[in-house]
Amino acid sequence: MSGFFQTDLGIVILTLLKSLALIVPLLIGVAYLTLFERKVMGAMQLRKGPNIVGPFGLWQPFADALKMLFKETIIPTGSDRLLFMIAPMITFGLAVVAWAVIPVSNHWAIANINVGILYLFAISSLGVYGIIIAGWASNSKYAFLGALRSAAQMVSYEVSMGFIIVTVLVCVGSLNLNDIVMAQRHFWFAIPLFPLFVIFFISGLAETNRAPFDLAEGESEIVAGFFVEYSAMSFALFFLGEYANMILISAMTTTLFLGGWLSPIPFVPFTMIPGVFWFLLKVLMCLFVFVWVRATLPRLRYDQLMALGWKVFLPITLVYLVAVAGVMEYFGWLPNA
Amino acid sequence: MIANLAFYLFSFILLASAVMVVTSRNPVHAVLFLILAFINAAVLFLLAGAEFLAFILAIVYVGAVAVLFLFVVMMLDVDFTAWREGFQRYAPIGALVALVLFVELAVVVAGWTIAPGASAARMFPTPDNVTDTVALGSLIYTSYLPLFQLSGIILLVAMIGAIVLTHRERKRAKTQNLAMQHARRPEDTLVMVSAKLNEGILPEKETL
Repeated sequence: MSGFFQTDLGIVILTLLKSLALIVPLLIGVAYLTLFERKVMGAMQLRKGPNIVGPFGLWQPFADALKMLFKETIIPTGSDRLLFMIAPMITFGLAVVAWAVIPVSNHWAIANINVGILYLFAISSLGVYGIIIAGWASNSKYAFLGALRSAAQMVSYEVSMGFIIVTVLVCVGSLNLNDIVMAQRHFWFAIPLFPLFVIFFISGLAETNRAPFDLAEGESEIVAGFFVEYSAMSFALFFLGEYANMILISAMTTTLFLGGWLSPIPFVPFTMIPGVFWFLLKVLMCLFVFVWVRATLPRLRYDQLMALGWKVFLPITLVYLVAVAGVMEYFGWLPNA
Repeated sequence: MIANLAFYLFSFILLASAVMVVTSRNPVHAVLFLILAFINAAVLFLLAGAEFLAFILAIVYVGAVAVLFLFVVMMLDVDFTAWREGFQRYAPIGALVALVLFVELAVVVAGWTIAPGASAARMFPTPDNVTDTVALGSLIYTSYLPLFQLSGIILLVAMIGAIVLTHRERKRAKTQNLAMQHARRPEDTLVMVSAKLNEGILPEKETL
């Protein structure tokens, strides 16, 4: 059997099986993230949240999915039909594809490639296309405005995210995600690079169009932004894509700053626990903060959002990068020097 | 076998989308095909073992440059039929330009000789036990640092030039000065007045 998996066909089948083993839990995770968000926000606003469908409302995500499936798909006249249908697929597909390199546990990744972090960055920079195409293909003013806003926002915040990633890479000396996690054996990068950790998380909020940066879908001004014309499953795909992206950004934060699958308490009874557990725990904590922020903060005005990205985050990350590189060089801490 | 299959598949998509860039009538579709071509070129880099170049191509060209293209093309309100009006009038000139370009290219390609050491160097793209990212980094930042920095400065100057050329001062735009707003204190702007009964306060008197 192991001989079969060495052949060309075997490798393809093995990769497909691995992908399936990752995608199915991911999709279930996305479904339950919607419930998690509604429950947590309910608790923060002194409500119960969904509690009718199933015990504690546990079947609510499936009820929502069924409702979406049976709705009518409406394609507006004057829209570019093909692009209109492709856009949600791009958004959702990219959100799933990025998971190929995330190390869930020690060497547990579908592809442990040398340039894993670049792959993640490339995929997240492609994410903007789903939104632009959706906005343009809908042939609607609201959708177009929302798409322009969110495209400009995502491109702006990617710049400072790039600098933060470079700073982490300076500390690690490798682009491999497994190496990045292993470099945090002694202490997490969230400790020496704390400001960058915070900025990365905030940029992640902006990158996923979450509150307080959800201007792309600011319901009080442009109805629902780029997906105003979408209905039924194509809408559900955008929705799932957004939540999958949230999990992805949380996983990236965990990998880059919170020690990935490493145990936070480095002695025996805790290091026996499989890395997946620690990884999931950390991701869940990040997701909780996502929801917490949404329940707490009001939406930014658009010029404030742009000013924050370009005039605050960009200079801070740039200076921090130079400072970190300088300190590492001075003390001879640079890896592979 | 699979690598060969992948190479031909992605090369075919690359060429097909390149043709579509030129032939599609809708400029937005043309830009989207251009993006598809970029992505396939990145995959070809990947198949050739140049991981770093592949992802940099995806990040810089697809993630940033093509987004700007798409922005500009989407914002333009172009009448596509008007573009085709003068086709017959301009066709001879276009054909002439194409012919000149073709002859020039033919001359260049015919006179092409490959440097003697080139094919040997091609066989060993990176030193042993070093990933292409490390090899490229050490090459750029040690051997060719001055050239690298020079190209950076050229790009910076070009960027500043573009900003200077397109910048215009908008005098009537209301901008917010956050530092000034934060520095405001109640005593700077507020005056507490106790109004007399039945008299009120006359606005003229209170303007300070």
